[in-house]
Amino acid sequence: MHQEKIEKNKKIIKTVKVDVDLCNGCKACEVVCSAFHAVPKYSSNNPARSRIRVVRDPIRDIYVPVFAGEYTPAECMGRDKYIIDGKEYDECTFCRAACPSRDLFKEPDSGLPLRCDMCEGEDMPKCVEWCITDALTYEEREEEMDEEVEQEEIDKGLEAMIDKYGLDKVLDTVARMSIKE
Amino acid sequence: MRYAETGYNLEIDLATGSIERIETDPKETELYLGGLGTNAKILWDRVPADVDPFSPDNLLIFSTGLLCGTPAPGANRTIISTYSPQTLLMGYSMMGGFFAPELKHAGYDKIIFRNKSPKLIYIWINNDKVEIRDASHLQGKGAVETQELIKEELNEPNAHVAAIGLAGENRVFTASIEQGRSSASRLGIGAVMGDKGIKAIAVRGTKDVNIARPEDFYKICKDVLEYIDDRNDKPVPNVMPILAGLGSPQEMLHVDEKWHTENFMWGNARVRRRDFWNDEVEKMWKDTQETVRTRLISCYNCPMKCGAIISVPGISTYMMKCFSKLTYTMAAFVDDIDFGFRIAQRATEYGVDGFSTPQIMAFAFELKEAGILTDEDFAGTDTYEACPSDNQGRFFWLLDRIVRREGIGDILAEGTYWAAEKIGKGAEEYAHNNIKKHEQLPLKLGMLNPVYYLMYCTGEKINITQIEGQFPQAPFATIEEREDFIKDWIQVPDEKFKKYVMDWEFRGEFSNPYYPTPEIATDIVDWQEMMHYIDDALGVCAGLSSFPLKPPYHIHNYPDLISAATGMDVDEEGLKQIYRRNRNLVRSINIRRGLRRVDEKPPEDHWKKRFPELEEKLLDTYYEFKGWNNDGIPTKETLDSLSLDYISEDFLERGILTDDKDTSSK
Repeated sequence: MHQEKIEKNKKIIKTVKVDVDLCNGCKACEVVCSAFHAVPKYSSNNPARSRIRVVRDPIRDIYVPVFAGEYTPAECMGRDKYIIDGKEYDECTFCRAACPSRDLFKEPDSGLPLRCDMCEGEDMPKCVEWCITDALTYEEREEEMDEEVEQEEIDKGLEAMIDKYGLDKVLDTVARMSIKE
Repeated sequence: MRYAETGYNLEIDLATGSIERIETDPKETELYLGGLGTNAKILWDRVPADVDPFSPDNLLIFSTGLLCGTPAPGANRTIISTYSPQTLLMGYSMMGGFFAPELKHAGYDKIIFRNKSPKLIYIWINNDKVEIRDASHLQGKGAVETQELIKEELNEPNAHVAAIGLAGENRVFTASIEQGRSSASRLGIGAVMGDKGIKAIAVRGTKDVNIARPEDFYKICKDVLEYIDDRNDKPVPNVMPILAGLGSPQEMLHVDEKWHTENFMWGNARVRRRDFWNDEVEKMWKDTQETVRTRLISCYNCPMKCGAIISVPGISTYMMKCFSKLTYTMAAFVDDIDFGFRIAQRATEYGVDGFSTPQIMAFAFELKEAGILTDEDFAGTDTYEACPSDNQGRFFWLLDRIVRREGIGDILAEGTYWAAEKIGKGAEEYAHNNIKKHEQLPLKLGMLNPVYYLMYCTGEKINITQIEGQFPQAPFATIEEREDFIKDWIQVPDEKFKKYVMDWEFRGEFSNPYYPTPEIATDIVDWQEMMHYIDDALGVCAGLSSFPLKPPYHIHNYPDLISAATGMDVDEEGLKQIYRRNRNLVRSINIRRGLRRVDEKPPEDHWKKRFPELEEKLLDTYYEFKGWNNDGIPTKETLDSLSLDYISEDFLERGILTDDKDTSSK
């Protein structure tokens, strides 16, 4: 049985830990992020292009560094409020998406979405390196990945789709999507 | 393409509403760098020497420094220049925070205001779009409150706003300009802003700032940051804790205030509160400070945490830094620092300088005790109560009167020098702590210190903290301590400064006042001035450069940093030449407005032991070193050697200099 030959794949998970209590609101992370991603590297800087932003409201003592995540074509239907330590945060404060509801994580000229790439190729993300107040710290974690499990999940998912829509329709869709890709 | 700077100034005529984006001459950057240097050039060129600070012809300039908005750590200062209503000389006050980098990203190096607005307005700069907007609904609003209201009104939480409070609107001579945790508070520039009818300036910028040699520039910035990180773990031993680290004195962090409270002279710079600091006071201050201080905070792109968010129950939140924690409490002879945090909140919303204002109030109560002011001056009217008798209540009362310019407050609003002149009856004797009409730090010492003597006399900023730094304030006790101090002292411009530290003693031949000798004292002051003038042109915070011992920026790494940022090739000698040019330019502006040797003196009681002959010798030596004549006026040779021929021509024309190079006729 093929299941006996499962190989454990190792994957590095890059994690930036954000300690909002240590953030001094200086925006050094935004400065260096935008400089690092400039072309050529460091040739310009502009926090408006940064892939990390400090949501900052000093009078209400709100300091939350947020990293740019995936692009989303639509904004959320409803938005919740969070109250933490007596301070009220809009849900969007913690959201990483480049989203139509706001300018955050979009190139100021083109409006194209920005996404954090963890400064691929560097020892650690630049924002962490420049945050010497340690609001941002970097960790690498090794996780064991079980490919078979992943395969199993695809099987399961597809079975569910076939059950619901029939094999032909799913095949058609897959074919159409592969042309688009 | 222009590098580090944008190459554009915003010119706003408040009378006509004309707004222009004017390209600047890159040659000016080569000569004066930017910030204070180019501000001074504009004042020299465009504001006639005899213009009253409240004349429409006076300019008010908000400037970024050359490196603001680049990744250079701590390059965030806004340099505001105009003519000061208090000293009548050039007023340049500065603030950290976020305003200058934001302005650079909006595409401007400076905003230059001329004339006056017929009604109260604010300016909204959103990249290329610049508007003059009505501010009548903000009239009388607090400086912090105004910043919040404008951000809300514009729906732009990322805008940064510089605002005045009621004090600026009422042209109080100690009025400040507040922005975030920072304020430009000395020399009455908030009064000039109010006089021009500008309540606030809001700015949002999302454009790039370009760097000429990116890899070189980044490397130096990274080195600077690593140095800061390392230096923060290594306080300089054998000096007071507040002098051991980087940044502005860490008043928001430290709670032990034994030294400040007991060694400064409180009230109207008169009384040393000996034995003030005891266990009970320490506990009370510690508890209060730790309760109201919500967070330690920084300026743009700087890891030092010199400021704090202060939330006192029952009143609105504000931000504080440095010394205002102490000045109100101590000047009022109050023991409880809770009072200090409360009155500072009101003072910050009003927008007043935390150095001068408490001293003015203490001065008034001293005059009352002396019978020069009377109960009548502190009486109530239909609109306000009479002055309370308790120490806390009377300070709050007088702060209101000064800011509102009501009753005696209207006179006191112009500072101790002008108020004393108006009050007469011997009040002048009580305005004892001024230099060039401006209130000084409340410090009175025993033995004359020659280095400080020169800085107090000749500092154009007229504020000791903006000209001192780098060199130890006192000798080290032992040879071992001295050797330890100089071993990694890479910042010295010359090895001789190490010898000065090695030779300096507490007693005997090599001690104050005769050592440092006039020549050595001049050397030291010149170094101190050099670093401040460079910082003020670059917009780098003195807390990472000219102010603390062993800072990350110094004369050896600045030339490469400036060259890499701008693409100009500036070496050490070239940078020193720019410093000398800017120093002489600022000096010349003040000379043209009447400053002379006779004005260059510290408060008479600053030191108990004075040495008139030595003091003359000190000034002579300093002037000669600077290439100035005996009256403190830069000579034609000096000016011409710095490409300041236009100044020497002006001086000759006015008779300030004559063909006989050593004398001045006016």
